[in-house]
Amino acid sequence: MTLELGHFALIVALLVCCVQAVLALVGAQRAHAGMMATARPASWAQFGCLVLAWCCLTWAFVQSDFSSLLVAQHSSSQTPLIYRITGVWGNHEGSLLLWSLSLSGWTVAVALFSRRLPQAFTARVLGVLGAINAGFLAFLLFTSNPFLRLLPPALEGHDLNPLLQDPGMIIHPPLLYMGYVGFSVAFAFALAALLAGRFDAAWARWSRPWTLVAWLFLTAGIAVGSGWAYYELGWGGWWFWDPVENASFMPWLLGTALLHSLAVTEKRGAFRSWTVLLAIGAFSLSLLGTFLVRSGVVTSVHAFASDPSRGLFILGLLVAVIGVSLTVFALRAGSLGGGGRFALLSRDTSLLINNVLLAVATSAVLLGTLYPLFIDALGMGKLSVGPPYFEAVFVPLIAPVMVLMVIGPFVRWKSDTARRLLRTLWLVVLGALVLAGVLAACMGMDNVSPAAFGGLLLAAWIASASAQLLWQRLRAPGRIAAGWWGMWLAHFGLAVFILGVTVVKSGGQDLDMRMRVGQQAELAGYTFVLLDEKPYRGPNYTAFTARIAVYLDDQRQHLLAELVPEKRIYHARQMPMTEAAIDIGILRDVYVSLGERLEDGEWVVSLHYRPLISWLWAGCALMGLGALVAVLDRRYRRQRSPSPQTGAAA
Amino acid sequence: MNPRKKRLLLIACAVALLAGALALVLAAFRDNIVFFHTPTEVAEGRAPQGRTFRIGGMVEAGSVRRDADGVTVYFAITDMAHKVPVRYQRALPDLFKEGKGAVVQGKLGEDGVFLASEVLAKHDENYMPPEAQHALDAARTLQE
Repeated sequence: MTLELGHFALIVALLVCCVQAVLALVGAQRAHAGMMATARPASWAQFGCLVLAWCCLTWAFVQSDFSSLLVAQHSSSQTPLIYRITGVWGNHEGSLLLWSLSLSGWTVAVALFSRRLPQAFTARVLGVLGAINAGFLAFLLFTSNPFLRLLPPALEGHDLNPLLQDPGMIIHPPLLYMGYVGFSVAFAFALAALLAGRFDAAWARWSRPWTLVAWLFLTAGIAVGSGWAYYELGWGGWWFWDPVENASFMPWLLGTALLHSLAVTEKRGAFRSWTVLLAIGAFSLSLLGTFLVRSGVVTSVHAFASDPSRGLFILGLLVAVIGVSLTVFALRAGSLGGGGRFALLSRDTSLLINNVLLAVATSAVLLGTLYPLFIDALGMGKLSVGPPYFEAVFVPLIAPVMVLMVIGPFVRWKSDTARRLLRTLWLVVLGALVLAGVLAACMGMDNVSPAAFGGLLLAAWIASASAQLLWQRLRAPGRIAAGWWGMWLAHFGLAVFILGVTVVKSGGQDLDMRMRVGQQAELAGYTFVLLDEKPYRGPNYTAFTARIAVYLDDQRQHLLAELVPEKRIYHARQMPMTEAAIDIGILRDVYVSLGERLEDGEWVVSLHYRPLISWLWAGCALMGLGALVAVLDRRYRRQRSPSPQTGAAA
Repeated sequence: MNPRKKRLLLIACAVALLAGALALVLAAFRDNIVFFHTPTEVAEGRAPQGRTFRIGGMVEAGSVRRDADGVTVYFAITDMAHKVPVRYQRALPDLFKEGKGAVVQGKLGEDGVFLASEVLAKHDENYMPPEAQHALDAARTLQE
């Protein structure tokens, strides 16, 4: 019964979304208050239906109802309760339901927090969101129904893929989806503004907090996913430039550009068309990401078995969204109007360059990600584009962004003079050089390659400029807005991140070796001793654990930690899994994982030394914190309806 | 500077930037694209020497052998028509198994042994790497 109820709720949700889209959009066009008034209740109704559907599916998983096809394929009676619950989104159908649910959640949030916006504008935003969700619900119902029955019911399920039975995977997909889907709000705001033909500072100010929150979720989602790959895949890598990772990174890059472009549109009224295009682009890339991950067209370390025929539907959806929005853009772009003029040397220009470079970098990543697909589709052979391409292209394109991004806040809006700027910047340059020198000295001069020094210099440059900026701002009179702190934190976070990346890339060490019980190995000045091995039984797997002692010296005097990595075999799929053991430190991680068991008491052991890798996550956390602080800025809470003069265009 | 000149300058900068980016992309493509070859192609000498490429196929049953150091592994990758001997010097991924599909990336040595720098594992038991499937299909079509 539960499954049928969920299925029914899904159908109702689809209908509600269709009604919401049509009534709200038509109502707004005809200025029909009654029709527009349906948008809010409809948002709540679709959200209610989707929550109900979600609960039904979760109940089937919790109850281990193996008459459900999805449960039988992705859960088992031995699966721990927490992974039965999270198993709901550990598969194609369920994760799409999550997509739809989070879109619905965003829709309700817009309905809740937009009371002060003009009715027609809100109706258009909700209408666009309803239309998008209608597309996704149709996709769910027609190609990927999560509520299918399995007749006769299975006696036991296949269990959740062991790689997904991990705390990181509990939160990674929801965070990422909240981010992906969050850009739909920015997109809907842009489209609503196009339809209404009004673009002003107010519009940008309404749009900014939503974009910030979406960006915050996406940042967190990517960071958690990267952390998961780091400790779960068992060889200490954290980013592979894999198509699926790129799929989440591209909307992030363009979303970053959008955030900055919105700032200009709000403060100066400039870049309007560009901002709208970025909003369309960021959401389109989110859809493209969903397409890449869910259609199985890419060969990826993350590619779980998935069905190519479904890709066609998402591709259609993608084409529809891009096609419709660009058509509306083309028809209405003329009415956008230009912004204020600005001099060559101004904050406007610096943000423009930053935006263009971010967009170009995104395109380069997109090209590398899609190129193998095109070549394959054209029947011109199979090839792959790996990390060397992305590093060779992305680093030179993004480095200038990082150099410029901290100059921007020093420069005045509209127009500035080089002399004033240089008076501030020479100190920053000096600080950066000194700091980079100190950092290089800390790493040991011999270990620092030119590329690594470049990385250190970039990090030092951002850190030095951040310090100077903070000093200047603290001395200046006036209350410091939360938005400023957000910017400062996010920029500084990037310095921390770059330092982490540079050091871990140039100073990381790895060793794979055969170890017998009692044998010792050395890596990066640490001594590793395999103490013993022991079999044990988990809830749905059997495993071997090995105890490996890590000493700070080769005399085995100073014990650092005793690490206990595992090798598990999950019963249902007979699938082996490596559980790494990591001693996490501020300055370095010591990482141990088990390879193959060669014979009794003898293993292939992988040892990894990862300096400053925690800084990488800390940098992401700072960037996320920056977004959070910025969202709390007071001016977003004083969202008054615009005065009649500015609102007249609507 | 008048607005017209300024606009021209901005456009010139944008064009220069795009040209630079394009040059960067093309150079990176030329140097870093990894082509895929089937074991049959490698056996017929159609794979490049001294350049990184990928081979997909099955890990031949009974072919996996270890050196005394315990880490260096030898195995053969086959499309059921031809096979290529492979050497790999790191811990194998969890889902590497004899008789299962695999994709290896690396360079062909002078002696005809493929020196793998990467053995690609998949996240799912039931999932066959598309390149491996492709190699098997291609070899089957050739034989028929």
